[in-house]
Amino acid sequence: MKGKLLGTALLLVCATVVTAADEVRVYNWSDYIDEALLTKFEEETGLKLIYDVFDSNEVLETKMLAGGSGYDVVVPSGTFLQRQIAVGAFQKLDPSKLSNRGNLWDVIEKRTSRYDPGNEYSVNYMWGTTGLGVNLNRVAEVLGADAPIDSLDLIFKPENMERLAACGVHVLDAPAEVIPAALKYIGEDPDSHDPAIIAKVEPLLMAIRPYVQKFHSSEYINALANGDICVAFGWSGDILQARDRAAEADAGVEIAYHAPKEGALMWFDQMAIPVDAPNPEGAHRFLNFIMDAQNMAQASNYVFYANGNLASQAYLLPEVIGDTAIYPDAATLENLYITTPYPGKVQRTVTRLWTRVKSGT
Amino acid sequence: MRRVFIIAVPYLWLLALFLIPFAIVLKISLSDVAMARPPYLPQFSWEAGWGAFLSQLDFENFTFLTTDDLYWKAYLSSLQIAATSTLLTLLIGYPIAYAMARAPDEWRATLMMLVILPFWTSFLIRVYSWMGILSQEGYLNQLLLGLGVISEPLIILNTKVAVYIGIVYTYIPFMILPIYAALHRLDSSLIEAAEDLGCSRAKAFWLITVPLSRNGIIAGCFLVFIPTLGEFVIPSLLGGSGTLMIGKVLWEEFFNNRDWPVASAVAVVLVLILIIPIVLFQQNQQKQNEAQS
Repeated sequence: MKGKLLGTALLLVCATVVTAADEVRVYNWSDYIDEALLTKFEEETGLKLIYDVFDSNEVLETKMLAGGSGYDVVVPSGTFLQRQIAVGAFQKLDPSKLSNRGNLWDVIEKRTSRYDPGNEYSVNYMWGTTGLGVNLNRVAEVLGADAPIDSLDLIFKPENMERLAACGVHVLDAPAEVIPAALKYIGEDPDSHDPAIIAKVEPLLMAIRPYVQKFHSSEYINALANGDICVAFGWSGDILQARDRAAEADAGVEIAYHAPKEGALMWFDQMAIPVDAPNPEGAHRFLNFIMDAQNMAQASNYVFYANGNLASQAYLLPEVIGDTAIYPDAATLENLYITTPYPGKVQRTVTRLWTRVKSGT
Repeated sequence: MRRVFIIAVPYLWLLALFLIPFAIVLKISLSDVAMARPPYLPQFSWEAGWGAFLSQLDFENFTFLTTDDLYWKAYLSSLQIAATSTLLTLLIGYPIAYAMARAPDEWRATLMMLVILPFWTSFLIRVYSWMGILSQEGYLNQLLLGLGVISEPLIILNTKVAVYIGIVYTYIPFMILPIYAALHRLDSSLIEAAEDLGCSRAKAFWLITVPLSRNGIIAGCFLVFIPTLGEFVIPSLLGGSGTLMIGKVLWEEFFNNRDWPVASAVAVVLVLILIIPIVLFQQNQQKQNEAQS
């Protein structure tokens, strides 16, 4: 998949000796679109599409802060978007160029307006939860049939982790995702910005870190699918992709995703246009193309993430719209929390804590 | 005039590719982190002038590095990893270079080609393929399990062992080539003389071959040690959470903390640490050149 994507990207780069007005450069998360849509966009608009991928908000943010990224559309998550809007990294969207705006889902728009008041700068691409991916057979072997696969006990109880270590546990290398979960687990506010409260999770994370094989934000998809690891704390759709790849490979690996019953982080990936985008006109056309109900449904059907497009729901496969791991039922939705960005000083405390946890020093 | 021009070329090279970037990094390391684009202040502007710009610079970020033992530990751990990998590379590279130098003439070009050939593939792809070899379900484990050597798959990927394998694999040509060059030049009649005078083959190796290939060994060690110290790609792809290296710490300061000033301070200190081996290396090269001329 990644190799294929790289190949496509290379081809696109090679084929492109045209001016900025004829091309659109999109920077999106890895494994996050049906590539058929990319070709479809080029055919419909006659624009060249250059599609690059990243796997961490931090990498994207650094490009946005440095400026001159050369991208026309980027896809930061909510908290990162909010901070980048504040420094003036994005331009306001032009509603007159987004005829598909009516397709959007007010339930999601209401939540994303917390990051982007009035949704002036961004449109939701996908949203999901952060939770537990489990290799069912291996975990049952290690922890028994009643293993707490839908509870944070699985990764935050050292005795569970000690036994799971041999078959491999990956955790997102994203403190903004793991620390809120740990706070929730110890009964604190997951969105706390108080360094004293945040410090409370350090002993918890320190106790489990010896059993974490790797903190990484994308390798777990393949590792889970291949049976290299048996637990991942990761993003819902990534784990569901691993589930499907494992099923395709048919090598006896069975993966399941659960949003932790203690509550799960709900996140939003938002499409936005950098302030210095070379081709804002083309960027709007790309946004509008994705906001089309059928196109959006095609993307969701491929990556197994929910989207913020109400009209697209008519075209979603039953296994997508009907899966509560993707479109949570009302009770689970109630149990989801969202977070806001850390202020500068707190961010340093958080990163430092995270470095200590990762390196064990 | 022509001489001046010839001398100017390497200095211009140095100025453009080292001193100017270093000055930029140094400048950022003396600024303060800020929520701005780019995320530090002051940024130089011609209107405000040099005075206002310089008065805002301070060494706060460097003193900050001393307040937290993370940086110190990361530098030490990087030094240790770099030293160990250099030694391992030497132990493996020397016999290869020796065998190459002793091989029949018609083979040498082919052997040399084999050492250089991996460079034709992207470094990143070569490191990635090690992930496929070393992972728990990877080729190595499948082979060993198939042969019945082990009964449980070895956990190599995401450990320090994998980092060492990656570093040794990547940098071994830099060790082999200078040692090969030194051994190739070695006058074999000296060894014959030593053996005629009663030296055993092993003793002749230690007394004649090793000292005469000293310059190659030193050059090889520096060529491996210096880039390994700041290595980022190999530990982040092959290493686990326990592999602390300064390259990774720098990445985190830059990307996770968005603290370009502290990241730059870490980088400046790294460059200063590297200057010592680089100066030693230069001196060694100079001595070698003098000895030859």
